[in-house]
Amino acid sequence: MGSAVESESLVKRYPKATTNAVDGVSFAVPAGEVFGLLGPNGAGKTTTVGMLTTRVRPTGGRATVGGVDVVTNPVDARRQFAVVPQRSNLDRSLSIRNNLLFHAAYHGVPAHDARRRADELLDQFGLLDRGDTKPDFFSGGQAQRVMIARALMHEPSVMFLDEPSTGLDPAARLFVWDRLRELTNRGVTLLLTTHDMHEAATLADRVGIMDHGRLLALDTPEALLHTLPGSATLELTTTALEPPAARELLAALTDLAPVERAEELPAVPDVSGAAQFRARLYLTGDAPSLVAPVATLLAERRIALRDIGLGSPTLEDVFIHLTGRALR
Amino acid sequence: MTALSESTAIRGGQARAFVAVLRRDIFVTRSEVLVFLAQVILQPLFLLFVFGKVLGSLGYTQRGYSDLLFPGLLALTSVITGMQTLAFPLVIEFGWTKEIEDRLLAPMATSLVAAEKVLFAMLRSIVATLVMIPIGIVVLGDIPWRWAGVPLLAAATLLGSLLGAALGLVMGTLVTPTRINVVFSLVFTPLLFTGCSQYPWPSLSRLRWFQVVTAANPMTYVSESMRGALVPAVPHIHPWICLLVMVGAISVLLAVGLRGFARRAVD
Repeated sequence: MGSAVESESLVKRYPKATTNAVDGVSFAVPAGEVFGLLGPNGAGKTTTVGMLTTRVRPTGGRATVGGVDVVTNPVDARRQFAVVPQRSNLDRSLSIRNNLLFHAAYHGVPAHDARRRADELLDQFGLLDRGDTKPDFFSGGQAQRVMIARALMHEPSVMFLDEPSTGLDPAARLFVWDRLRELTNRGVTLLLTTHDMHEAATLADRVGIMDHGRLLALDTPEALLHTLPGSATLELTTTALEPPAARELLAALTDLAPVERAEELPAVPDVSGAAQFRARLYLTGDAPSLVAPVATLLAERRIALRDIGLGSPTLEDVFIHLTGRALR
Repeated sequence: MTALSESTAIRGGQARAFVAVLRRDIFVTRSEVLVFLAQVILQPLFLLFVFGKVLGSLGYTQRGYSDLLFPGLLALTSVITGMQTLAFPLVIEFGWTKEIEDRLLAPMATSLVAAEKVLFAMLRSIVATLVMIPIGIVVLGDIPWRWAGVPLLAAATLLGSLLGAALGLVMGTLVTPTRINVVFSLVFTPLLFTGCSQYPWPSLSRLRWFQVVTAANPMTYVSESMRGALVPAVPHIHPWICLLVMVGAISVLLAVGLRGFARRAVD
């Protein structure tokens, strides 16, 4: 069986633009996978998804969804997938239930099946008592739930979600994540775009990291983390240091046994507003065993330790490593 | 053979999607039928009342003016309703609420989504035009009516509605939400008053420059053919010329509108 989504050297250049918004992106998503496209705003994620969902015409390359070519056969391709945008595009003239029912009708679902499915989905998404209201005064989280329910009305094999939990409160976010996990259990392929590395790491089986229209890396979150120089990190905060002292300290820290790289982090003043020095150490070995040597090293230099934290690297670190700048 | 039956099935699916989208529009209109009637009827109703009834009763207009005003207002209703039905919601759906996206992602050709908009605008416009007939009887007491003119009246209603819808499609796809107010006032008012709905075109020979201006407004030909149908004694542009110009204008506007729609729908 072929891939659920396949992108081959997709290119999009908008008229009058000097660079490609999407610049030769290739990937394949096997059926049932959760695939995350991670990148900052403007990286080309939305344009890539726009091409896959027939709303943006590629300048070059080809793509299939559910085995159907999205450029040569957009009508048939649309039967294969559903789209859940970031901002509500619900039909404001229709009640929630009718939003679901008419979506099903557009996709040729028989009325009897559609009514049964709408009831099931409204129940599952905790919307049964809101079925007859119009979406006008729905919160972002509620609209998101309705849009996911609507997307499921025609039983798509692939679902595209744009920033599925941006702007949701923590409870709503967990609710959406739970529903999405249920979908993957049913075998639906999910392709989500996000600039939230936590979301990508939590939901996605594989993550593609995009920047400037290119796919920089593509792998499981674990494998991506392994590409980093260190697999564990140690962050420390001290009183403020003069630049020469800071440089000397970083050099000394780098000389410690399992430290692969030490970098200064942007300074954050403490509660009283006094300046502080912060550094992150990337380690090849264990972080806890390094705490004592670091403390000794600071004591020798009469530098007061304010805070120390052990951490494992995140996808954000992978992004910084790949692009040299922060995700947002 | 398989390919053939498959492609037939796909076409069948598109027809079903088209009908479902049309059903959605009719469903929404039915649930707000009073708003619909108020929206489309108030303007021609007041024009009819003030110009046809009030001014006539006060002796400012000649006897018989309401007879040539009435067909003009039928034309006005058919064109303006078609335009309003399509243009306003389309600008908002494309530019702001994005409500149209669910239909653009339905398994049907993008041009069919546009075609549905045009067909629905036509239907609303035909209903509005037909409703003007009993309203005319109530307001004026008596309307000019010729059964022999009904075929031409029907053709003018159909083409007038389609003309309005095509005009609405052009405006709806070319105008951005931020400019909607300006564009509509710039287009709407001139369209309303240069479309010969309040005066017959040949009588404008005394005001040559204005006659030229009105000849450029396609609504003029709808008004003139309505007069040809209901009050043939009043000098009017020959119905065949009217029909020909209407068909030509519709073709051009539809071509531009469909292109604009495709551009808005697919980046």
